[in-house]
Amino acid sequence: MGHGGGGALSAELVEHLFLPAFGAAGATELDDCAVFAVGSARLAFSTDSYVVRPLFFPGGSIGELAVNGTVNDLAMSGARPLCLSTAFILEEGTPLTDLARIATAMGEAARAAGVRLATGDTKVVDAGHGHGVFVNTAGIGLIPDGLDIRPARVRPGDAILVSGDVGVHGVAVLSCREGLEFGTTLQSDTAPLHDLVAAMLHPGSPDARADIHALRDPTRGGLAASLNEIARAAGVGVDLVERSIPVPAAVADACGILGLDPLYVANEGKLVAFVAPGDADRVLAAMRRHPNGRGAALIGTVVAEHPGLVVARTAFGATRVVDLPLGEQLPRIC
Amino acid sequence: MYGVVQGVGFRPFVHATATGLGLAGSVRNDSAGVQTEVEGPWEAVEEFGRLLRENAPPLAQIERVTVDALPPRGERDFTIAPSGPAAAGRTQAPADTATCAECLRELADPADRRYRHPFITCTHCGPRFTIITDLPYDRPVTTMAGFPMCADCEREYTDPTDRRFHAQPIACPACGPRLEFLAPDGRRASGDEEALAGAARLLADGGVLAVKGIGGYHLACLATDEAAVATLRRRKRRGDKPFAVMAADLATARGIVELDDAETRLLTSPARPIVLARRRADPRPRPADAVAPGNPDLGLMLPYTPVHHLLFGPRPRGAGDAGLPGIAVLVMTSGNLAGEPIAADDADAARRLAHLADGWLRHDRPIHIPCDDSVVRVVDGIEVMVRRSRGYAPLPVRLPFAVAPTLAVGADLKNSCCLGSGRSAWLSGHVGDMDDLATLAAFDGAVTHLEHLTGTRPLRLAADAHPGYRSRAWATERSRARSARTDGRPAPDSPARPVRFVQHHHAHIAAAMVERGLDGTTPVIGFAFDGTGYGTDGTVWGGEVLIADYLGFRRFAHLGHVPLAGGDASVRRPYRMALTHLAAAGIAWEPDLPPVAAAPPNEREVLARQLRGGLGVVPTSSVGRLFDAVSALLGVRQTVDFDAQAAIELEARSRGATADGRPYRFELREPAAAGGPLIADPGPVVRAVVADWRGGVDGATAGARFHEALVALVVTLAQRARRDLGLETVALAGGVFLNALLLASARRALLGAGFDVVVSRSVPPDDGGLALGQLVVAAAGDRL
Ligand SMILES: [Fe+3]
Ligand SMILES: [Mg+2]
Ligand SMILES: [Zn+2]
Ligand SMILES: [Zn+2]
Repeated sequence: MGHGGGGALSAELVEHLFLPAFGAAGATELDDCAVFAVGSARLAFSTDSYVVRPLFFPGGSIGELAVNGTVNDLAMSGARPLCLSTAFILEEGTPLTDLARIATAMGEAARAAGVRLATGDTKVVDAGHGHGVFVNTAGIGLIPDGLDIRPARVRPGDAILVSGDVGVHGVAVLSCREGLEFGTTLQSDTAPLHDLVAAMLHPGSPDARADIHALRDPTRGGLAASLNEIARAAGVGVDLVERSIPVPAAVADACGILGLDPLYVANEGKLVAFVAPGDADRVLAAMRRHPNGRGAALIGTVVAEHPGLVVARTAFGATRVVDLPLGEQLPRIC
Repeated sequence: MYGVVQGVGFRPFVHATATGLGLAGSVRNDSAGVQTEVEGPWEAVEEFGRLLRENAPPLAQIERVTVDALPPRGERDFTIAPSGPAAAGRTQAPADTATCAECLRELADPADRRYRHPFITCTHCGPRFTIITDLPYDRPVTTMAGFPMCADCEREYTDPTDRRFHAQPIACPACGPRLEFLAPDGRRASGDEEALAGAARLLADGGVLAVKGIGGYHLACLATDEAAVATLRRRKRRGDKPFAVMAADLATARGIVELDDAETRLLTSPARPIVLARRRADPRPRPADAVAPGNPDLGLMLPYTPVHHLLFGPRPRGAGDAGLPGIAVLVMTSGNLAGEPIAADDADAARRLAHLADGWLRHDRPIHIPCDDSVVRVVDGIEVMVRRSRGYAPLPVRLPFAVAPTLAVGADLKNSCCLGSGRSAWLSGHVGDMDDLATLAAFDGAVTHLEHLTGTRPLRLAADAHPGYRSRAWATERSRARSARTDGRPAPDSPARPVRFVQHHHAHIAAAMVERGLDGTTPVIGFAFDGTGYGTDGTVWGGEVLIADYLGFRRFAHLGHVPLAGGDASVRRPYRMALTHLAAAGIAWEPDLPPVAAAPPNEREVLARQLRGGLGVVPTSSVGRLFDAVSALLGVRQTVDFDAQAAIELEARSRGATADGRPYRFELREPAAAGGPLIADPGPVVRAVVADWRGGVDGATAGARFHEALVALVVTLAQRARRDLGLETVALAGGVFLNALLLASARRALLGAGFDVVVSRSVPPDDGGLALGQLVVAAAGDRL
């Protein structure tokens, strides 16, 4: 079941199963979000399914995730989200009170994000054939004129910025699911990010736009997955300065005990930005002024060396290779 | 003549032999080997053929000789002809070799023109593998290309009667490389004697010296200086991992460790490996405690380059530091951080070692390929390779059958790779752990170098089946193209090369089979005991009995599975494995047990939940992890700084102790389904360990009982396989068999029970030798 883990196995499924099967009807550029023109407008289109367990966790529920997740996928192309569709797959016997809580959470998240829940669908499957509630959302957003944010624009020299603490959502959910005590201090970081993106695009005056080359929300597979995807897609190397990556103590402790690497743990309200070197300071300052980017940090740079590889430089000068996550945890030490 | 016949003084030897018999003709190098034509009376020609094989120079390894009859030409002289063009076939590059006795005599002779010359070498000694960039081996394709010979050297080089005839790295004070010393304050001392004196002074003052050697930089300090060793350990982020030392000479070495004949022979052999030997109770001189904390063995080597000899030796009269006494024993550890490859390139070393070294002793002869020191240990009189590198690479291992050109990429930790073609398998030196960008680059370099030195382009690749191995990813990537472009994408219209994935423990056993030249027509009873290997069922194996030939295997038996929680976290913290084994054996986690006390309470809670709920848990049958658990249960080691530390310390504790006739016992469970594997349940062993701990039995006895339990398990399972399948040959493989106590006792017990026993010796039994096994398994399907 590593195929849904957002790692090497998912990439393999897309590359070796879906794309060949779709043939000419398939997308050419693999991204979380498709961009297409309608008349003079450019629209972003994205879909995502939510299967998180448990349904409710510290700081949120599957409802917030379903709204914010798709909003963020749109926002990562620079789009302003317009409307979402919602589809529920319910397992027979799911308490209606749970469903009501989820629906309420979705309504509030949509209101907070300023998007409409425009259309929807509900299906029920037999007991034992689902896991309570699965939610799918799809969304459409409008990309501002002249804006071009995509992995292929990433260049050596780009600054790599992250909007705050990493690993929080994953550890919060894991703690709750497994009843781990150390997680009680952590809450999911789920949040919509399009407003932060807008602030980053206009760090000074409204008409001077910063040159942001690419954006990613490091959800499944964490920061490691996002950075590896960009490195491969752009044919560049990523050099991280390990100690500049913001990892809260509670996340570090939990990961230590569980044998996880915080770079591989999911986030739901964070983004990583690849910014032209000249604009990096301004964009970073703008992020730190925004409520969703207060903990923003410069974590590394894009390099021409070691294309396709993400490397973390340790305090002692070693250069650890950060792989695409596998989706399951296997020791390598013999 | 084919084999290691170039760069070893072969042509002068042929010349001397032919002229001695009054034969005319010629001799020359080509890329296939050495070719000679002789003309003269039939008896003399026959005698010539006999002497060629019998009296060959010390470093020569003649693999094959082919003979043709030619019509006489009426020649009168015997000449050495220019090297021929690159032809089909291949010769073999020699390994780097310690300074020979003859050169040492000259080095110490004030009348010799190479008196105290730090780069003295001849056809019998000096750097080879690390300075050769291509074949045929000739000075222009070595890193000596930038040092034009002076007239005197040229004369020796071209005189067939001289010991230095065609010694490619030949040099002298007039034309050779130069030493340079960089002091901590940035001052530079050039001039060989000034540089040596500066370096010796720095060491005497307790400093850490970066010394450029044959295959890379060492970090050196006085091994007897507690503060200096502690500083080096701290800077290198070394934890408790032992440092190797270099003793000035054999007599000094004998004062520090106990050496039997086999160990002495190894220590003084031309390969000059580090030999793991038992420390003397009262060593003189006494190495600092920080050299190898808590370890009854010490890795020791002798000087192998002129620079080492000069650094140790007394300063010459009249030089700046005439009064400085000689050095007795130095810590000599690879110049790198833990896990990184050894630094060999000067600019790279200057950057990477800047914060590790106080001063630098270096020279201007480039190192083409890095090569760490080799490590060997003697177990029951047999040599077991612990790390196969300098002095051995790239000498080929002879294969039991011919293979198509194949590259095996090895394991991810302790990586070395292996290139095979025909009946030869060439292994790279020790590359390191593939976690680091620098190691990945070193791996690329090692592969390219092997391909150049052997003229072999692999047609297929072999890799471990572990989905997370970087070596596997590398092989998969390269399979798409014969020559990958810099961006890693396949070059246009380059044919694909298949990759074969080889199960980890199958490869371990195959590597041992190669040792004996077994051709695989009869399977072996293969015991592969190690820490971790990816199993065909997606779980983590490591206590396997495989009925194996080169083509395949059947899992005959294995250690009972326990859940491994948190991947590498449980490997680094043996107390977790102990808690896991306790839970599996049905023993409560009471605080009187050392691993229970060692585990932080919140981690215990989380672990309990992981073991119940399966979060981040993979089943494992690893014997290495059982060693960790027992080591923790007996209070020996709760967390580790380096591979197998807990097991190594348990072995040390158990040596010399006896089981008092009460070894622990694994319980053997019959297969769940017909044809399925037997299960060796560790539960009874774990319960007995706990009972002994609680009963106040000392750790040494308990450790001995555990070792004996494993030996009994091996013998029982081997007997069972003999009974069921009629097999007689047992292969012992995997890193656990680097445990000298276990290997010696298991081997003796098996021999006593009438089995034939094969053990890897020319490659390490652990992951350092994995590539050889991968190679033969991948190539066995369509042997030539
Ligand atoms: Fe292994
Ligand atoms: Mg998404
Ligand atoms: Zn010599
Ligand atoms: Zn000279």
